[in-house]
Amino acid sequence: MSILKCSDPIALNLWYAIAPLDEVLIGETAQTILLEQPIAYTRNHTGEIVAWVHDVASGGNPETDRLPIKERYGYFWTSLGTPDADIFPIPEYDEQDRRNIHAASFGVNVSAPRLVENFLDMGHFPYVHTDILGAEPHTEVKEYFVEVSKERDEILATNCKFWQPMAAAVASGGMDVDYVYRVPHPYSAVLYKSNPTDPERMDVIAIFIQPTSQETLRVHMLLSLLDESNDDISIRLFQQTIFGQDKPILENQYPKRLPLDPRAETPIRADKSAIAYRRWLSDKGITYGVIPAAA
Amino acid sequence: MTTDLQSNWYPIASSSDLPKRHVYQAQLLGREFAVWRADDGYVNVWENRCLHRGVRLSIGINNGTELRCQYHGWRYANRTAGCTYIPAHPADAPARTICNNTYPAQEAYGLVWAGELAVGELPAIDGFESATVLRPVPIMAPQKMVNQALLGYAWDDTCESAENSDGSVTITATDGSAVRVFVQPVDSNHSVARALYNRKVAGEERIALLKRHSWLMQELRDRTETQAARQETPAPYEPVIAKVSEDLVDIPAISVDGRKADLRVQVARKEMTADGIASLRLEAIKDQLPTFQPGAHIDVHLPNGLVRQYSVTNGPGETDHYTIGVKREPDSRGGSVAIHDTVGEGDVLAISAPRNNFPLRRDAVHTIFIAGGIGVTPLIAMARALNAQGLEFEFHYFVQSDDHVAFKRELSEFEGALNIHKGQSPKETGETLTEVLANPGYARHVYICGPGPMLEATRQIAADKGWADEAVHFEYFKNTTELDDSNSFEIDLARSAMTLTVPAGKSILDVLRENGINMSSSCEQGACGTCRCGVIEGDVIHQDVYLSDGEKAEGRSIMTCVSRAASNRLILDI
Ligand code: FES
Ligand SMILES: [Fe+2]
Repeated sequence: MSILKCSDPIALNLWYAIAPLDEVLIGETAQTILLEQPIAYTRNHTGEIVAWVHDVASGGNPETDRLPIKERYGYFWTSLGTPDADIFPIPEYDEQDRRNIHAASFGVNVSAPRLVENFLDMGHFPYVHTDILGAEPHTEVKEYFVEVSKERDEILATNCKFWQPMAAAVASGGMDVDYVYRVPHPYSAVLYKSNPTDPERMDVIAIFIQPTSQETLRVHMLLSLLDESNDDISIRLFQQTIFGQDKPILENQYPKRLPLDPRAETPIRADKSAIAYRRWLSDKGITYGVIPAAA
Repeated sequence: MTTDLQSNWYPIASSSDLPKRHVYQAQLLGREFAVWRADDGYVNVWENRCLHRGVRLSIGINNGTELRCQYHGWRYANRTAGCTYIPAHPADAPARTICNNTYPAQEAYGLVWAGELAVGELPAIDGFESATVLRPVPIMAPQKMVNQALLGYAWDDTCESAENSDGSVTITATDGSAVRVFVQPVDSNHSVARALYNRKVAGEERIALLKRHSWLMQELRDRTETQAARQETPAPYEPVIAKVSEDLVDIPAISVDGRKADLRVQVARKEMTADGIASLRLEAIKDQLPTFQPGAHIDVHLPNGLVRQYSVTNGPGETDHYTIGVKREPDSRGGSVAIHDTVGEGDVLAISAPRNNFPLRRDAVHTIFIAGGIGVTPLIAMARALNAQGLEFEFHYFVQSDDHVAFKRELSEFEGALNIHKGQSPKETGETLTEVLANPGYARHVYICGPGPMLEATRQIAADKGWADEAVHFEYFKNTTELDDSNSFEIDLARSAMTLTVPAGKSILDVLRENGINMSSSCEQGACGTCRCGVIEGDVIHQDVYLSDGEKAEGRSIMTCVSRAASNRLILDI
């Protein structure tokens, strides 16, 4: 294998979602980039997915440069290193009555951690997702809880609430919607959102980021919904609209890498989860996609 | 490191790049600027970065007085670049000095000039007092190389060029026409040539001039870029982004000062109701607003961290909003100025539920209202309540002039009961009041609200005329008493079975809160009556202006925010 550009051992040893399973076709080879390393993948004649390091010069060898593969949540995952942990659990994915949909894969010119923070952020709803996920003057981010679970090594934000116009498909007015956020992977996050049809259960939206470089990424978005009334196309279009609103904001954040120095930016209480996330990354010693705090 | 480069002035934009309400993105020595003109004409040159999460402010919204970030709606003020509003926490003040970096800027000769560390005034550019700004030309080459190339710039055979001490190049032709070119170092390998022509020309002539120089400059650009491409590209500048101040690192805690601001209202309308007095119509964001009583006030938590009390002027049944009147008082600590200058229609404010420490008796046969200036607000609500019930009253309003009469529409409801006394001297006011208060009697009540001296005078006249203490009701806006908190004493809390020490420098209210006892308060200066507490035993030094003299003499209650024990210990009914 050629020398990797990414030298962050933690980032190298993580699992990354690369493509939805049904887009990997027998006999068709596709290329992409992971942590600045070109890779290629295909589905061989036995139906098995194969991925390998693809050198621009030599082309790479599917046999000798083979990468580990896992199939999970509708995507195939790989790693440039040797992951010591399995892919994090999303138990809801296996519930029989849910619809699991691949919403989209997007390219964004920003570091992966900036996108994770955006995903955890409610304060921007009235401004960026105006009249969809929020609307002025309902701008307050109420108190919520954040914890870092040692045992699961993930960040959990609970009791999050944000006022959403037309929150219920049936109700015409707005109301507070409940959210729970998990960050189980430095570059992935899972969000749970209360659902008008079943007060006991929540819809799940997950983002799995494939950093293509320190300052660019592809993100794969999974939905696991209780929704029975909308078709896949309109559900996808909705998520793509939301994402299309975030993209220009994300691409105008400066610096593109997430600064971990506490004095780089100004947090407010609404950013509790983001602060926990920055500390968690710092404690792990992640360097890829961030500007580490000076020691 | 400071370099000469940083201390120079450079043109970074043309004046025409800053049309009304636009935000222009400029760059100098690798540093991006958000450049915007406020409606008052002031040109702001700021770091192009929101202090919150680093979003470019050049994609923000210029509303004429403030720049609003697109991501979370933080707002930064014209000139100071201080953050005035954080929508995610409408009850909190963005008080801590959240202030963006600003850079020296000047607008002259049709250009906007800035310098990272420029000092003093922009030096005069002689001979270009009445100039035409030529089209700026970007060139992918270092500033020095462009300057060099400009020495060969010419539009006819008579042109001669010379470098000026500021590094710019002037090219002069024998017919007296001249062009002076300033090279803006956008980055180490990226420049913009911005030129002035020494005559003001218009119309066809201007277009011909611009075309000609665009053409010549384009040629210069091509040559210079070819030359630059042959040499090694210098490393881009790496502007250092200043860190935010240390005190901004920690997330501010929820305010625990017991002044509860549990309501969120939106400013639905803001207008000037009289000279220096704004009226604000506050509407609920959701649900119903709590009931108010005539005479009630609300605490308004202002974006600058201050908490201010304002009386509700509503009439009975007007339950979908609160309307308050705010007088601009430039000398005060900035509460009213903040409302006048930074709170706008559509903003969310955190307020307390209305509290009534100035209750209205509705069992009087006749009620006299005496208002001075902005003191009219609670009395308007009271008189409207009596009016609606058909109860008899008279309303006296003392103002400087007609321009100072606030809430004219509401006042017009009082028809014949309204007496506006304009421009009276203190002596004349005394005479009028002596007349107004001539007849005390059974079930007759007086309500007074106005500035301290007028209030004192009115109370005195009422006492002289034989009005009983219980019939004279008043509300001070503020306590001007000199407060003394130098003694220390103990308080016994009868119902909570606790003994606490109140040291010098702290109020009873402070000590109660420190010990987890929740006591509500509002003005915290002995004027509003919210922190009143019963006294079971002990003598009180009253320093408030809320209790009447009779109540003070009785010694049965205390304003815990300002008053103290005269004895070693007080037993309080809490
Ligand atoms: S990044 Fe500007 S308001 Fe949050
Ligand atoms: Fe978003």
